[in-house]
This record gives sequence, structure tokens and C-alpha cells, in this order.
Amino acid sequence: MNSLFEYLLRLGDDSLIIGHRLSEWCGHGPILEEDIAMTNLSLDFIGQATSIYKYAGEVEDKGRSADDLAFLRFDREYKNLILLEQPNGDFGMTMMKQFLFDSYRKPLFERLIHSSDDMIAAIAAKSLKETKYHLKHSSEWIIRLGDGTEESRNRVQDSLDTLWRYTSELFFEDSVDEELKSSGIVPSMDGIKKDWSSYVGEILNRATLTIPINNWEQEGGRKGMHSEHLGYILTELQYMQRAYPGMEW
Amino acid sequence: MKEQNISILEQRFQEKIDNDIKIEPRDWMPDNYRQTLIRQISQHAHSEIVGMLPEGNWITRAPNLRRKAVLLAKVQDEAGHGLYLYSATETLGADREELIDDLHSGVAKYSSIFNYPTVTWADMGVIGWLVDGAAIMNQVPLCRCSYGPYARAMVRVCKEESFHQRQGFEIMTNLMKGTSEQKAMAQDAFNRFWWPSLMMFGPSDADSKHTEQSVKWKIKRHTNDELRQMFVDATIPQAELIGLTIPDKDLKWNEERGHYDFGEINWDEFWQVVKGNGPCNKDRVDTRRRAKEEGMWVIEAANAYAEKIKVRKAS
Repeated sequence: MNSLFEYLLRLGDDSLIIGHRLSEWCGHGPILEEDIAMTNLSLDFIGQATSIYKYAGEVEDKGRSADDLAFLRFDREYKNLILLEQPNGDFGMTMMKQFLFDSYRKPLFERLIHSSDDMIAAIAAKSLKETKYHLKHSSEWIIRLGDGTEESRNRVQDSLDTLWRYTSELFFEDSVDEELKSSGIVPSMDGIKKDWSSYVGEILNRATLTIPINNWEQEGGRKGMHSEHLGYILTELQYMQRAYPGMEW
Repeated sequence: MKEQNISILEQRFQEKIDNDIKIEPRDWMPDNYRQTLIRQISQHAHSEIVGMLPEGNWITRAPNLRRKAVLLAKVQDEAGHGLYLYSATETLGADREELIDDLHSGVAKYSSIFNYPTVTWADMGVIGWLVDGAAIMNQVPLCRCSYGPYARAMVRVCKEESFHQRQGFEIMTNLMKGTSEQKAMAQDAFNRFWWPSLMMFGPSDADSKHTEQSVKWKIKRHTNDELRQMFVDATIPQAELIGLTIPDKDLKWNEERGHYDFGEINWDEFWQVVKGNGPCNKDRVDTRRRAKEEGMWVIEAANAYAEKIKVRKAS
């Protein structure tokens, strides 16, 4: 297995799948300003996925384009976090998912900008700028919703309770990471997890929310084992490429 | 105010307009001018917002990453246009939420074109090309509209719309260069959207109740039929260039007039869709209403939080 290729798929699939979920909000946001914000987030993620897949295709060197990688793999070949494929739910659920993910992406990109792989460092530098805005946006909403009304607090606490079980996978590491760490391409998860825990704890505290305990931790996405939701995302995502194979659009 | 004074104000107002001096929010203006603008600008805003839905319908199914990003950016632009336009109505003293509620209760209208379903990918091409193209025809003259905030908003909107039109035409061009399935998809979309696009310019001049006064006030610079003719003349050569057949047996170049003659629009269909009986009227309005209702708790939370912060800062 080509570890760098595998790592890039994990990184790219995270961006693609959360970008897809955000794009489902388009036209349905609670207020116009948030419709614009979520579409903007989605655009950033689709842009990230495009650069990452393009590089993945070069690393793999089998002639696959960014589109081939985005649209023409089977379910078990997608390596995104299970967290990201979870349904949008209400606006609070979407923001909670976004917050938990952004809080992980920021310390990750802060380290990847020092990657010994120049392309990864460049992609991380661009993505980090975006991620800082994303995190500011989602953190502010979590505080507002948590410390807003009784209803909003209950809703967003429920979302946290639902999604918390998927957060341990953020820090998943296997032989792919071990190999890339030894050559200075990717950082260790230890520092990232520490940063994530302290930031998430601080914001959830300000939001008057309680971190749930005794959750059953869900993992598998990084190895291509997903929830039932991913199949439906791919059904929509891949529809045109599957129905009209090999055509230019 | 005395009637005599009002007539002096009206006279000065009309003089400004005749001299192409922009009317600004704090200037005196006749009540009818204000109401006409609120109606027109809010309808325009609603059209942008409802218009996000037929295109939003294809974002998750866009055929490749580039098309997905372009479509997302386009629909986001529409949301931005909606925002400027609602803000422009607020300079006239209107309340954005009340206007939106009028849309949701069916009192306010929006462009009927968005009551047609988008059933294939080619509809993204044809909407960008024809619908945004028709919007440009309508809106370019509005950049010189007598009301300052509306005119300035239109300058920016038109720049973005011309990108939208180009991306739509690019989609159509690619389809027409593609396989037989792709060509058939493009022609089918063109057949379905051609006539509704012509209807976007509104009823014929003979039946248009708002035109005359609006032209005098320079809210409108051309009549519906003039704009429709400009659109037909501009679009036919583009359709022919990429090999599309125009679904109008009466269409022919009229040498004498220097314009294309075209067939009779189905006005019965036009009025039916305006009245709410188009294929998607109910879905579109229900979707918008649901977004607001389901998002109400978010707005309440944001307001409650802002209030708490104010109190905390004060203490």
C-alpha cells in the first residue's frame, strides 16, 4: 500500500464529504446570512478536496484524475471520518458537527504546514486560513446556541450527545501514519488531540454544555468501514458519472 | 401637508428624475414611487431566494468537482443578491421579515420561471444561459434606475449575472459537443425553458398595468415587449451557434424590422403559473416557509444570547 496516497484520500474524503453535507443546506438555512455562510464553507471544502485529490492522483501515478477519485470509487474505498457523513439534522446538529471537526482540522493544518512534503505543506497553508474562519464561525454558534434559550440549549446538547461517540476517530492512527510520521510528512496525533480537547472543553464550557460520558466510540471510516449514511451520499454524488460513464461536462 | 406643497414637491421630484439625478433614501418621494419600488425590489429579492432552489437541487449531483464548485458559487451569489435587495427595500422603510412573510403567505410574487422543475443536469446550463440571460436584459437598464440604492445594487448584481450566463452557456456548449445522450439532454432542456424564459419579461405591453408610470419615474427604461425582443434577438444566434433547434415554428428573421419575429406566447400558461398553478409553486413556497419555521429557534437563541451579553456587559 502507498501510505502517502492513503493519507491523502483520508484528508480529501473528509473535505469532500463534509462539503457535500453542507451543500445540502443550500436554500434551506435558518437565515439568509447562514445560507451564504454554509455555501461558502462547502465551497472551501470542495476546493480543498479538489487540490488534495489532484495530488493523490499524481502520487498514485495510475492516471486517475481528481474527479476519478472523487466520483468513481466504491463505498469501502472512501476513507472519511464517520462523523462527517452523519445527516445534517437541525442547524445546531450541523454546527456541532462542524465545530468538532474544525477544532481538529485547525491543529492538524497548523502542523501540516511544516510537513516535509512541499505539496501537503502548501495545501495545509491555504486550508489553514479557511479553517480559522470556519472554526470561529462554528464556535460562535455553539456558544450562542448553548447559552441562548432553553430550547436551543437542549437541542445542541442532544447534538453533542449524539455526535460525541464519533470523535475518538478524529485521532485514529495506524501504520499509514506511522510510516509518514517517520519521514516527517505528518505530525503525531498526540499534540493535536491535546489542543482539540482543551479548545473543545473551553468552548463547550462557555456554551454551558456538558461533555457526555460512557459513549460507545465509533470508528472505521479511516479503514473504509462506514455508517449506512455514506451509501446514500455516494448515490447522489456519483449519479451523473455512473449514469453517463466517460462523458465530459 | 397642504396639497399645494405636495404638488411643488412632486414637481421638484420629477425634475430631478428628468435630469437623471438619483433619488436617495432621505429624499422626499411620492408614496406611490416608494410603494412601487418596494414591490419591485422585494419581488426581485424573492426571485433570487426562491431561485436558489431549482439550482440547489443539482448541487449534490453535479457531474464533476469543477461544476459543483461553480454551481455552489453561483447559487451563493443569488443569496447575496437577495441580501442586497432586501437591504435596498429597508432603505425605503420596508421590513425584511414582513416582506418574507408576504412571500410565504402567497401575497408577494416572484419570477415564475422558478416554478418549473429542474429535472436533468442540462437544466443547470439552460437556466444559467437563458434565465440569467433574461435577468441581465431586465437588469442592465436598472443600473440607471432613478432610485440610487437599487441602481448601485444592480451594477454589482449584473456583473455576477454575466458570469452566471457564461457558465450556463458553457455547460450547454459542452453538452452539444458531447454524445447523443448529452445533445438530447440539452435540446430537451432548451425546449422546456425557452417559452418560460420569454415569459420572464412579463405580460405584453398591452396588458402591463405598471409600465407607463414606471417609465416616467425611470424605474423602468424599456417596455416588456422591447426587452423580450432584445432577448430573442441576442439568444437565437447563440442557440444556432451550438446547434440547438428553436422550438418555435413561427420564428424567422424579419429583414424589414431588423428583428426576429416569433410565435405567440401561451399567455394562459403564464397567468396560471403567476396565479400559483405552476408545477412547483407550492413546493417552492412551502420549502421557504419551512426553512424559516424550522430555523426560528436559532434566531430566538441568537437574540436571547445577544440580550444576555448586553446585560452582562452592563453589570
